[in-house]
Amino acid sequence: MSGEKKKWVGSSYKRKEDMRLLTGRGTFMDDILLPNMKHAAILRSPYAHAKILDVDISEALKAPGVIGVVTGEDVKKASKPYPCGVTIPTKYYTCAVDKVRFVGEPVAVVVADNRYLAEDALDLIEVDYDPLEAVVDIEKAIEPDAPVLHENIGSNIYNHRFFKYGTDWDTLCQEADEVVKWKFNFPKYAGSPIETYGVIASYSSFENSYVVYNNYQGPFVNHALTAMALGIPENKMRWIIPTDIGGGFGTKTGIYPYCALMSIVAKKTGVTVKWIEDRREHLLASATCTDRVTYIEAAVRKDGKILGLKDKAMDTTGGYIRPPEPGCAYRSTGNHTGAYDIRNLDREVYIVATNKGLTAPLRGYGCQELYFSTERITDMAAAKLGIDPAEIRFKNFVQPEQMPYTTATGGYYDVGNYPAAFQKCLDIVEYDKMREYQKKARAEGRLVGIGLASVVDPSVTNIAYVAIGKTIEERKNERDKSGSGEAAIVKVDPLGGITVICSTNPQGQGHETVISQIIADEFGVHPDEVVVDSVLDSSDRLYSITTGSFSSRFASSGTTAIVRASRQCIEKAKKIAAHLMKIKVEDVVMEEGKFFAKDKPEKAIKLRHIAGAAHWNQYDLPEGIDAGLFGTSLWTMPTSRPPDGKDRVNSSNTYGFVAEAIVVEVDQETGEITFLKWASVHDAGTILNPQIVRGQVLGSIVQAIGGSMYEEQAYDEHGQCLTASFADYLCPTAMEMPKVDVDHFESPSVLTALGSKGAGEGSSMSVPPAIGNAIADALAPLGVVVDELPLSPSKIWHMIDEAKAKTN
Amino acid sequence: MADKRQVKVKVNGVEYEGYAEPRKLLSDFLRDDLELLGTHVGCEHGICGACTILFNGEPIRSCLMFAVQATGAEIMTVEGIAENGKLHPIQEAFNEHHALQCGFCTPGMLITVYHFLKENPNPTEEEAREAVSGVLCRCTGYTQIVEAVMAAAEKMRIAA
Repeated sequence: MSGEKKKWVGSSYKRKEDMRLLTGRGTFMDDILLPNMKHAAILRSPYAHAKILDVDISEALKAPGVIGVVTGEDVKKASKPYPCGVTIPTKYYTCAVDKVRFVGEPVAVVVADNRYLAEDALDLIEVDYDPLEAVVDIEKAIEPDAPVLHENIGSNIYNHRFFKYGTDWDTLCQEADEVVKWKFNFPKYAGSPIETYGVIASYSSFENSYVVYNNYQGPFVNHALTAMALGIPENKMRWIIPTDIGGGFGTKTGIYPYCALMSIVAKKTGVTVKWIEDRREHLLASATCTDRVTYIEAAVRKDGKILGLKDKAMDTTGGYIRPPEPGCAYRSTGNHTGAYDIRNLDREVYIVATNKGLTAPLRGYGCQELYFSTERITDMAAAKLGIDPAEIRFKNFVQPEQMPYTTATGGYYDVGNYPAAFQKCLDIVEYDKMREYQKKARAEGRLVGIGLASVVDPSVTNIAYVAIGKTIEERKNERDKSGSGEAAIVKVDPLGGITVICSTNPQGQGHETVISQIIADEFGVHPDEVVVDSVLDSSDRLYSITTGSFSSRFASSGTTAIVRASRQCIEKAKKIAAHLMKIKVEDVVMEEGKFFAKDKPEKAIKLRHIAGAAHWNQYDLPEGIDAGLFGTSLWTMPTSRPPDGKDRVNSSNTYGFVAEAIVVEVDQETGEITFLKWASVHDAGTILNPQIVRGQVLGSIVQAIGGSMYEEQAYDEHGQCLTASFADYLCPTAMEMPKVDVDHFESPSVLTALGSKGAGEGSSMSVPPAIGNAIADALAPLGVVVDELPLSPSKIWHMIDEAKAKTN
Repeated sequence: MADKRQVKVKVNGVEYEGYAEPRKLLSDFLRDDLELLGTHVGCEHGICGACTILFNGEPIRSCLMFAVQATGAEIMTVEGIAENGKLHPIQEAFNEHHALQCGFCTPGMLITVYHFLKENPNPTEEEAREAVSGVLCRCTGYTQIVEAVMAAAEKMRIAA
């Protein structure tokens, strides 16, 4: 089926979601108004690290309009720490118990008649803190004399593992002509969706059950884990995700602790509680990616062939580790060697506690941290060997004839032609011409640089990767985990209308439109006739632990579930058609929404009439066929297996490719960067809707520009957060977005129904190293080494200034 | 808790009368009291621009003004852009050029563009880019927004 020309799939059909969103009629979290709803505000820690000696809520309880106050003590009584995929005994509650470990950690919750009154009462809560020394630097945190965050762990190490794939490192170094090594720092930045977190929770003592509205993006594994934390059966906690979510980007995978917290608050106060996070709360305490220190070495031959990599990556998940961490370090296991045929890898991972805000997957999850180090060291190796950065990539690419290719770490790349896609990118940017241009510019004393990156974009997480955080021995005592399941229901109503109930939980990716296109092709109807319901309600929707929109799942697994549910429905329709026409099922043909005997196309029956028979005359249906007309699927990719006994895991299921080529000029006087040219080529398999895919790519680029140049959740040495407003946490505006030539090289996946792979996260992974490489190339004549982000103009100016001071 | 004051405003051509504490933000008044939920609140400190409305014809951040300051004002919110059940050319262009994804910043973006194209019906791309730079969008990368603004300007010039 993949690659086959369709009528609607592949067209830039205009988005159906837009009608409500353009006219102010969307339904976002804060638009949900329930009877007798009260409002919560959260008191948050001003300290990075302190003991809580006492919380006095007596005055707050007397304040006007206050209904109740919940503290850490209440939370400790009402819940258990969240389960997490590491072996150390973690104690992550949704509110600080006994101690605070980062600025912004919840300490108490006030419920009042409105948000203003709730915030007034926060000022009346007296918390007696005993401040402790804080640690924010990853490497300092694991020194023996560092202040320890969690006494029950005894150190600041949440997780520490070694991995060896292929030849022993020392042997490899003897075979190599050069071993290039460097240390890189990757920053802590965030998705910062313009809609913040929101939760409305209510509790019924009669059924001991909860209803929780929230704008969680998935994965629904955290629905199960929240039920476990609350000590209730999962089906007693109904989550309802509204039609519209105002951006996710991974950040909204971090909402679930607030679902637990507000459930506890609703139970204690006995009212329906609404909490809408404000921007300060969001910037202080929602979720960012992990910041990472990487020590990396590449063993290379003179001709540019990379024989192996050795790296030590040290991530911090902040004051606590919570699900789906330690995924930050392990989600990229299968694609660790990226687009290159590298068979040897020596890997060490630390996940460290520091007094900083907590983490969650961020668009690209773990891959930007990884590729910043691997793609920068690739350029450094090229420089050392005196070969061109493009050439070293061609030398190392997995070749198209090697597909399907299993990586040293267990990733299964089904299709791809990396050299051709990369060449396309070079052609678009006019690489050779730009090298000439650079030469001339340098002769004039200008700082022009060209940055390349070529990476594999893994999509559709296989939940198995989390288990890699435990050793092979530790895993032997546990049940295997695996899967990537995605659900869909396609139903035809008594008048023949088609409704799709999807569980993909979109946050702006246009699922309603693309699903309508797919259904239009499958059933031979017009996309406008199809209705898609994207509300996700755990009580009546199909879902599984992998449900949600994350790791670019929709285009691969979501669409396959839609196609499978459609075809199941059509198969049933064919049986009914055969029965009505008194012919064999094998002889029924369906074309453009009509069913007919293959030799009598003139006597066709419309879908509407088959639906009519299925609903209006249920007696007269073929034997063994239930009434009604619908199909369901909860499809998991067959490549989602548990890790093997050698720490190899196919951590994702489809693997796209991204090539980035960026030409920059750095202003020596101001440090300002101008993008002179930018080509971004993606292999996302079959393109379902070109306009939507373009939007996804451009969106991932602007966020990656933010993380590479402007955005950072920054802390001082005491753990005080310096970026708690949009005046300090700088998101790119329209003025910072350059012109980017986006193009595609389509290698349809053989694993998915339509050949599509993920598209929305590729440049999140490739842009940070490409910008790093471009600026490094621009500044190379000055002897400046680029080994950290974000590269803000002021930082670049300082780098130039220092380099000039050295030479003078 | 201060006493509530009367607030009389005209929003999208309709007269409203309500009561608000002096500290109540105009954005909250529009949403909580008038139940005009199209105006979105993204930062409450005047930077993201999602809550932008037209206030006596000028674009303002409704999170930076108190409701009581709005008495006597004429306000336009996103709900007032489409007329007679038909999309405005700006809205059409946003749909045609995929200038929105999650749609949360879109109300502020549309109001900003609505005002901008009234002032400057024939903008350059650079002017269009600058005009929307006061509203943060985390989804689109802005490129398709700028393309939509240019297309809307053309549509409106042809219609005029």
